[in-house]
Amino acid sequence: MTMSLPKKIGLYSLLIVTSFIVFFPVIYALMISFMTGPEIMQGRFFPQSIQFENYSKVFERLPLLKYLLNSFIVSAGVMLGQLIVCSLAAYAFVFLPFRGSNFVFYLFISTMMIPWEATMIPNFFIIQKLDWLNTYQGLTFPFFALAFGTFLLRQHFKTIPVELHEAARIAGISRFAFFRRVILPISKTSLVTLGAYGFLTTWNMYLWPLLITTNDSVRTVQIGLKQLQSQETATEWGVVMAGVIVVIIPTLLLLFLGQKQLQKGLSQGALK
Amino acid sequence: MKKVELVDISKSYNKTDNVISNINVTIEPGEFFVLVGPSGCGKSTMLRMIAGLEEITGGTLKIGETVANHLPPNKRELSMVFQNYALYPHLTVEQNIAFGLDVKKIKKDVQIKRVADAAEMLGLTDYLKRKPRELSGGQRQRVALARAIVSEAPICLMDEPLSNLDAKLRAQMRSELRRIQRELNMTMIYVTHDQVEAMTMGDRIMILHKGEIQQVGKPIDIYNYPANPFVATFVGSPAMNLANAKVNPKTNELIIEEKFSLALTSEDCLAFENRLLTIGIRPEHLQIAKEETAPKNKVDVKVTNVEVLGNETVFSFQIGQKEWSVKWSGQWQIKIGDIIPLEIDFDALCVFDGETERLIKKPSNVGSYTLQDEVRL
Amino acid sequence: MNTEVKNGWWAKSANGRTAILYLLPSVLLFSVFIFYPMLRTIYLSFYLTDQSGKAVLNVGFDNYAYLLQSPEFLNSMKATGLFVLYTVPIGIIIALFLALLANEKLKGIGFFRTIYSSTMGVSVAASSVVWLFLFHPSIGMFNRLLSVVNIPQIQWLLDPEWALFSVSLSTIWMNLGFSFLIILGGLQNIDEHLYESSRIDGAGYFYRLRRITIPMLSPTLFFIITISLINAFQSFGQIDILTKGGPSQSTNLIVYSIYREAFVNYQFGTASAQAVFLFILILIVTVLQFKFGEKKVHYQ
Repeated sequence: MTMSLPKKIGLYSLLIVTSFIVFFPVIYALMISFMTGPEIMQGRFFPQSIQFENYSKVFERLPLLKYLLNSFIVSAGVMLGQLIVCSLAAYAFVFLPFRGSNFVFYLFISTMMIPWEATMIPNFFIIQKLDWLNTYQGLTFPFFALAFGTFLLRQHFKTIPVELHEAARIAGISRFAFFRRVILPISKTSLVTLGAYGFLTTWNMYLWPLLITTNDSVRTVQIGLKQLQSQETATEWGVVMAGVIVVIIPTLLLLFLGQKQLQKGLSQGALK
Repeated sequence: MKKVELVDISKSYNKTDNVISNINVTIEPGEFFVLVGPSGCGKSTMLRMIAGLEEITGGTLKIGETVANHLPPNKRELSMVFQNYALYPHLTVEQNIAFGLDVKKIKKDVQIKRVADAAEMLGLTDYLKRKPRELSGGQRQRVALARAIVSEAPICLMDEPLSNLDAKLRAQMRSELRRIQRELNMTMIYVTHDQVEAMTMGDRIMILHKGEIQQVGKPIDIYNYPANPFVATFVGSPAMNLANAKVNPKTNELIIEEKFSLALTSEDCLAFENRLLTIGIRPEHLQIAKEETAPKNKVDVKVTNVEVLGNETVFSFQIGQKEWSVKWSGQWQIKIGDIIPLEIDFDALCVFDGETERLIKKPSNVGSYTLQDEVRL
Repeated sequence: MNTEVKNGWWAKSANGRTAILYLLPSVLLFSVFIFYPMLRTIYLSFYLTDQSGKAVLNVGFDNYAYLLQSPEFLNSMKATGLFVLYTVPIGIIIALFLALLANEKLKGIGFFRTIYSSTMGVSVAASSVVWLFLFHPSIGMFNRLLSVVNIPQIQWLLDPEWALFSVSLSTIWMNLGFSFLIILGGLQNIDEHLYESSRIDGAGYFYRLRRITIPMLSPTLFFIITISLINAFQSFGQIDILTKGGPSQSTNLIVYSIYREAFVNYQFGTASAQAVFLFILILIVTVLQFKFGEKKVHYQ
């Protein structure tokens, strides 16, 4: 299919203009993060020179490095937990047909109808009772089981020919070995998709860490941003934006690398 | 080498209707045994019951001397080749072939040797480091085969292993499979829907239809003496010509489709009297009438379709409601609409009982030749 | 014979027993962190509680009755409804427009796709902080632009008339990336042959859009509408950072209201009753999705 030149030019200008608008807040934050207080007051868009002073300030102001590490541990933890728990469940749904599997399946679906915010009060008390306030467990465990993740993997497992399972049974491999040595390696792409999704959503989580972190020990960067914003005066916007940039770099990178995967995986798990 | 014995095997999914019933057969050690039938006849289910992938609902399955009904698949000492090959996409050819050995914790050096031998035998040596998706269909098929071979299991099960290959490759693999089976002396149980595969490969074949055995025997016997009209039409191409017939005792004649008649001896006449009959004749046994042919056994037919295939000519004509075909070797200049005088040889006829569908008269003239008789020195 | 039968049953249930093992982690976690807390929320909604969240006094439906008469709660419901109305349709239309644009086969289109989806990588907290600055009354970008064209400045977040609109605007931006990705995925799943055959029939762009793209995309659109509705009901971070529910409660969305009621005012009973309302709202949305999403929308 060939496109006429005017149409091409029109499309490209539309693409460029809309991209700029969509990406503007991020670029703007980046620009501000390089500016000094007076520059910000003048309302410039481009900084006069690129200064990293705000970045060193933000690391002084907050234990940002610690927060970053916490966020990383929590996100990686949830990601791993989700991968393990969801892949086990998805495997059972696809390769271990049993009576009542439909019932369990509907149980999984029903969890999607319960908004997490409707359960947060008792959940808070559960974590409190377990003495898990201000711990990594408290931040990660409640999110390991995920119906969406189970469906996404189930969808992929279903495309694996059942003969593979049968061939493995004839070879005499145990169910778990088949799961570990055949299913997981074949499903690498889906696992990566779910992993990226899990990492991204956990990194960006706000309400739960706000509730169960009362001191700096396991506090995540998102809460750090709130602290930063509420303790800064208007003149220090440069520092705040430096914090913002530091916080969004890991997830933006992840998104840029895995955008194709994520898009494919999300629409698959969602729609079938 | 091990035998496989099926005693009264049946299979039911809902406890009332059997999808397979009353299967009794013994597959001898070292035999190439083919299960053939139209799709949905239960042949794959039967193979999967032997493999242990499907539960047996009734009867006894013996492998060697042991009852195997409840043995898990890996304890049955067999290998299986699947229609879609079931290769592990994330493993190389080498790892795929060695997979079963690795599971059985066989020593590495033994593994390497066995894999190398099998690869050599199937011409896969150059492809050992590749992944399945980098191979052609035929090569994938060979990998699946190699996997069965290295297991050194005495019994090998194959579920339509050639049906995903193109026609030329299929013909080549047919003879190769036979060669390997003979060389390794395996007991082979082979499922196919293709009667040509069954005829060319099987020591014995079993024809299944609607979950029941139609006939078990050597391919040539089944071709010559089909047990019932279903087998008669399933084996052979074009299919055996069938027609309804009955005996007229007054004239000692066999009336076929109420169209034309054939003289009978009085014995035959007595044997077939007073019942409905189905008669069958292979297309190649319908001869052109000669001068000496008795006019009674001669029939003029009008050609409705012709196919000239270079080495043979097939044409068809209408007899009553049925369409019959005739196959002659060589190239015949025949046009649609031509009238051809044919001779029907009673000795070449199969006669089936119209009600029980059993074969009640075998053909005695099947055009079979032996070297000693033909070559006169 | 007896052992035979037993064996059969034992063998037959092998799958079931193994399956339980594999499903156990999920079922356990769901029970502890979703099913039990949900039941507990419902239970608490019938009680008055002390500061540590213990149920003290059964008050029946009093909590609900109180909420339905409370102007604050009604206001919160109204704000939530308006917020959903502002964010969902516009957000999806923009995402659809961008997805259609990004689905054209052009050189470098991957770059634009990445940019469009980028807001998914920016957390609610981070984007709220950026938008807080954009909305800043004196040095914010918006008011500077207004002053350039000589329009009187707007108190984006401080004026009760504008605050909900401003929060909605930022929310649309935050959710754009995700909606875009889902819709683009849906577009790419449409069989190319449909377009080719319509081109042979001489159909124009908008005709194709109306007769092929939108109908074929309907399951995806329906899905993203559902997800966006649920997301909108659950919004919290942007409220907490941008407005704290103000000014004069004009942005006190339901989740923020629950949060304040429970963890600021320690009224766990009424907070739970609000949570039950939230649950019912989302239940309605998902049930509608299952009911209509499965049957009617698929491929017409």
